[in-house]
Amino acid sequence: MTIMAARPAADRTAQVWAQLQSVTDPELDEPVTELGFVTHVDVDAGGGVQIGFRLPTYWCAANFAYLMADDMRRAVAGLPWVTKVTVGLGEHMYADAINRGVAAGLSFQHTFGDEASGELEEVRRTFLIKAFQRRQEALLTSLLEHGLEPAVAVRMKVAELAELPGHLASPRLLDRYLERRFVVARHAGDAARASEPAFVDSSGASLDADGLPGYLRALRRIGVNAEFNGALCRGLLAARYGDVGAPQADIKPVHFVRAGDWKRDGGFASTTGKTAGSI
Amino acid sequence: MYRTTDGEEIFIIDGHVHLWDGSKANVKNVHGQQFIDCFYAYHSNLSPKEYLWPKDKFDKYGEEAMYEDLFVTGYDDMAICQPTYLIDFYKNGFNTTESNYVLKKKYPHRFIVNGAFDPRDGEAGLDRLDELSELYKIQGVKLYTAEWRGDSKGYKLSDPGVQRYLERCEKLGIRNIHVHKGPTILPLNRDAFDVADVDDAATSFQNLNFIVEHCGLPRLDDFCWIATQETNVYGGLAVVLPFIHTRPEYFAHVISELLFWIGEDKILYGSDYGIWSPKWLIEKFMAFELPESVSKETGVQLSLAAKKKILGLNAARLYGIDVDAQKKLLVETRRPVPVGV
Repeated sequence: MTIMAARPAADRTAQVWAQLQSVTDPELDEPVTELGFVTHVDVDAGGGVQIGFRLPTYWCAANFAYLMADDMRRAVAGLPWVTKVTVGLGEHMYADAINRGVAAGLSFQHTFGDEASGELEEVRRTFLIKAFQRRQEALLTSLLEHGLEPAVAVRMKVAELAELPGHLASPRLLDRYLERRFVVARHAGDAARASEPAFVDSSGASLDADGLPGYLRALRRIGVNAEFNGALCRGLLAARYGDVGAPQADIKPVHFVRAGDWKRDGGFASTTGKTAGSI
Repeated sequence: MYRTTDGEEIFIIDGHVHLWDGSKANVKNVHGQQFIDCFYAYHSNLSPKEYLWPKDKFDKYGEEAMYEDLFVTGYDDMAICQPTYLIDFYKNGFNTTESNYVLKKKYPHRFIVNGAFDPRDGEAGLDRLDELSELYKIQGVKLYTAEWRGDSKGYKLSDPGVQRYLERCEKLGIRNIHVHKGPTILPLNRDAFDVADVDDAATSFQNLNFIVEHCGLPRLDDFCWIATQETNVYGGLAVVLPFIHTRPEYFAHVISELLFWIGEDKILYGSDYGIWSPKWLIEKFMAFELPESVSKETGVQLSLAAKKKILGLNAARLYGIDVDAQKKLLVETRRPVPVGV
């Protein structure tokens, strides 16, 4: 291979990896790339893409395995030069069915025939709501810890939240929450979204300032569950395939270390009062 | 028996042990091989290095090693055998009531042996349940909802047919229903790990206790929610507890949630032996203190009184064990030391 030919191939491989970064494990709410589920990406001269996909166990739920494989296919097929995407899931109880179904662009129901009674909207939505709740609890708890008044928080608009400066809100927690904010109350059109309340419950109702600690206490278990599962899955993957992929010691959970991964500078209470009062 | 530094004796009932045969000779197909390999990944991922077993011991460790690991080097006083038949994966089954009962016959005061049922077995299964009750006087059953059976890939407690089995359990005095939600169930578009069916069954059968193994993981959040509403739902700590070694901060958060939602009276210790061994689990659990930051955040404590309940008193209550009488019995019937030749 000449250098001339290698460069575009390397660029294209990088583009595929970038696309895959947007695909999450629905249960763990983390990118498949960061979980170590993608082993390799091969791009051929004709625009064909081959993605190597592995999971922590042979028994990982078939529906989530299919969702991830199909989401990977869709994300990568969106690149203009891509002509064909195949996903190669290995050592899984439904590997053959999933690989065949995804290669042919079949729906979940068609992939599994009699073993499925419909598509995956319901299960996908269940986990999007959990992701919304988990991200909200992590962000809101962090904001309150750093001095945001509950009464201010429940009145805050999406635009005001989005504009909070980096020293008042962890950019990571903020971006993650905003990305899922409109999983609920989806009726709001794009233009109207900025003036919608920043924080609502899973039914779209506004929050009550006095009940906020209890509300957050109840949501806490969702993040704890997801992070425990994330740690378990990473560990099982490492045990199954050897310690390749993401080194476990470096894993920083999104939630548990919310105060540790971002060092605030000041906070709501220590600002002049202008910032806190204005939102 | 575990003795604290103050000399206090903690009576320990291990709520979840197995005597399995995952050896090549017993494996029927790729699924059986993958099943035991998956268990081994749990073992090697979460055990301290000095407690790692070679794979051949793990495949089939046998009765003597089990007795030794639980009661001699481990601190268990009693252990509850939870069968997992897996007859589609293993020629003689993986871990059956029958094989567990061999242990019980050798060490009658050490083991409580549970049975199992599978609602897909229809009338014959009900007869079999009668037989298990008659033969082994079982007080509990272990249900593995993900078990494959021909074309079926599992069942739910809300499936038609389960009700008759639970009614039969009530009639036979089988009060403790241990439920392990597994990864498969048809139709595949539903969430196989969903614990809502346990909620339905617990509401309908108030005289039965539902012990959800692994605290409903990977749906611990939903499990906490239902367990807080149902007085007869309990959580088994297997899989949660070993995190105490590799990931103590995760354990701290999870046990806090459990203490908050379901409380110290409804959490049961289980080693999941042979996946993990009581010795290190108990030592680490007894030494464990919730970090102050976690207690402050969650408003719960893990006191010595709570540890005693979790390690034995809760299981003793469910299985009708009089702890003082049992302690005496165990001293009197201590396994005789073989006389050297």
